[in-house]
Amino acid sequence: MALDSAPVLEAKNISVEFGGLKAVEDVSFDIPDRSVVSLIGPNGAGKTTFFNVLTGLYKPTSGFVIYNGEDITGVVPHKIAEKGVARTFQNIRLFGLMTAEENVMVAMHSHLKAGIIGTIIGSPLQRREEREAREEARALLTFVGIGKTAMEFARNLSYGDQRRLEVARALALRPKVLLLDEPTAGMNPQESAVFVDFVHKVRDEKNLAILLIEHDMSVVMKVSERITVLDRGMKIAEGSPADIKSNPRVIEAYLGKSAEVNK
Amino acid sequence: MSIITRKKGASKKKAPASQRTWSIGFLTLAVAVYIFYTYIVPHTPDGFQNQIQTWFPPSALNEALVWVIAALGLNIVVGYAGLLDLGFVAFWAIGGYTAGWFMSGFFYQINLHFGSESAKSFPGIHLSFWIVLLLGALICAFFGILIGAPTLRLKSDYLAIVTLGFGEIIPQVFVNGENIHGFNLSNGTKGISPVDNIGLFGKRLGPFDLNYKYMIFVFMAGLMVFISLRLRSGRLGRAWLAIREDELAASMMGVPLMKTKLSAYAVGAISGGLAGVAYATHVNGIFAERFQFSISIILLAMVVLGGMGNVWGVMVGALLIAWVNSTGLPALGNEINSTFNTNINFPSYTFLIFGGLLILMMLFRREGILPESRLKMVLHENDDDVENEAPHRNISEEEAL
Ligand SMILES: Nc1ncnc2c1ncn2[C@@H]1O[C@H](COP(=O)(O)OP(=O)(O)OP(=O)(O)O)[C@@H](O)[C@H]1O
Ligand SMILES: [Mg+2]
Repeated sequence: MALDSAPVLEAKNISVEFGGLKAVEDVSFDIPDRSVVSLIGPNGAGKTTFFNVLTGLYKPTSGFVIYNGEDITGVVPHKIAEKGVARTFQNIRLFGLMTAEENVMVAMHSHLKAGIIGTIIGSPLQRREEREAREEARALLTFVGIGKTAMEFARNLSYGDQRRLEVARALALRPKVLLLDEPTAGMNPQESAVFVDFVHKVRDEKNLAILLIEHDMSVVMKVSERITVLDRGMKIAEGSPADIKSNPRVIEAYLGKSAEVNK
Repeated sequence: MSIITRKKGASKKKAPASQRTWSIGFLTLAVAVYIFYTYIVPHTPDGFQNQIQTWFPPSALNEALVWVIAALGLNIVVGYAGLLDLGFVAFWAIGGYTAGWFMSGFFYQINLHFGSESAKSFPGIHLSFWIVLLLGALICAFFGILIGAPTLRLKSDYLAIVTLGFGEIIPQVFVNGENIHGFNLSNGTKGISPVDNIGLFGKRLGPFDLNYKYMIFVFMAGLMVFISLRLRSGRLGRAWLAIREDELAASMMGVPLMKTKLSAYAVGAISGGLAGVAYATHVNGIFAERFQFSISIILLAMVVLGGMGNVWGVMVGALLIAWVNSTGLPALGNEINSTFNTNINFPSYTFLIFGGLLILMMLFRREGILPESRLKMVLHENDDDVENEAPHRNISEEEAL
């Protein structure tokens, strides 16, 4: 199992406060290389905030983020992205008035080298680079199953295709870690079922680790090798899907005290 | 190439003409206009020649081309990168003074001639027009970065206000720059004049060689179009648009925000500088009090009216507004005054008319005359005649992330 491999991303004692509100409190967490792990918890538990810390959007009030053995706490977002931490957004954030292909190519920005002059004169290097980037973008769109939409504006895609496009765009960063924030939100059960296989396909073919925030328990239980549960900013449980399913603290967090009594 | 295919995907209904068609159209029209003024007009009856002088004088055409050059630069900042800049006149002024410093007898203490067709005995710095263009571009790029570095961190509304400030400060520096601790930077309100004539293939262009200047300005405008289109379709252009669309998402996809915004600002500044140099040779001098806030606003109106993000739209907008401003309105005013025996000062209503025009545009055609196809889609997405499969977003609308 991928769980025994060395962690590619580690969070150590992360706390985030907004004013007086402790959105994340002393959470430690690691993502083993090439694993699929999940983060679950009730609304407002601090999951997205935790993602925002990992991707450099928020600087934690305390704690560290280690990527491949390097401390990246407080590093600016675009540098973290360039290093290989990619993400999707809970509320889709595509570049609506750019084509699907362009959306993907934006994320290749840090790999491409063409400067202003090279672009204006269309140097052979720039032309080759552009052609290859375009081919790679097409391949990624096909990989996520929306190859036909390359020339359509992102905002015109169906909801499911937009979700896929976000994944393709994130993959264009050639990441080592992919963070997916509620990727099945808005999908029907059938689409969600397909999604489980898709996650494994991404992990296996792109050789990366995936951290998933997910509300759909059937997806979480099927897809994850390990599940971490947050509640009101604190980590309350961590373990295999089977462990989590029967953990009283988790049930309590999700269903309230009465659930425990009824059980 | 990419642009053409992209346009195809843009609107299925009326495929907009490709960039190549537009480029060919632009060149053909430019040549036709040249032939018209140089070879046809002189052979027409006096009455017709007078009409041309009243309604479409060649000097107004040249001036309009200068506006096109500047507007295309502002389009990169506002139309591509989505950064509202209300102080673009600053670069126009800096470009103008670059011409004043390096193409005139202003620094009479120095006698430096290089590539200029002006007489060697003239004191002052006299560099070739083409070198001065390059200098103007470099100096403006430098100031663009200097001004941009501290301000581009600001959110858009604040950026607009700060750029507005710089647009006021820099011309004021020139107005009051007659004696900076004993150094005369700008000759104050007296301005710098005359500026050397442009040398072209060993020929010295006089103030009346309008057709040669026309060719040079067309070339410069064409160059700006080319640069805009090339950049737009490449790595940097994508990053600009991504920032315009969603800054946060762009940064999460590895786009360095500051650097990318600065590059848009610098390229814009460069074209402002080119326009400044061109304008100085057009009016044969630099006059401090001409660099007013209104220039920034007119340029912005050209970009918005023409169609933000589309170079051809911006060009049409710039030509149109520049013509109304310099010729159309005064000529129409005279016509009306003489017909109805009135005495209305029409040019004094310029801004009222521009304001009215902008309001009308915002009400009925927000995307501009020749919109970027992608913009048109947003602004008309609720119209019945445009089919679109709007994404059914059923996600929680709580937070932006
Ligand atoms: N930028 C912010 N400023 C202030 N408070 C914030 C900010 N971001 C998040 N919060 C608060 O932090 C808490 C955790 O929010 P977060 O979005 O991380 O929850 P979540 O676990 O992702 O919830 P959901 O399942 O609804 O997406 C919430 O109370 C939220 O209101
Ligand atoms: Mg969330």
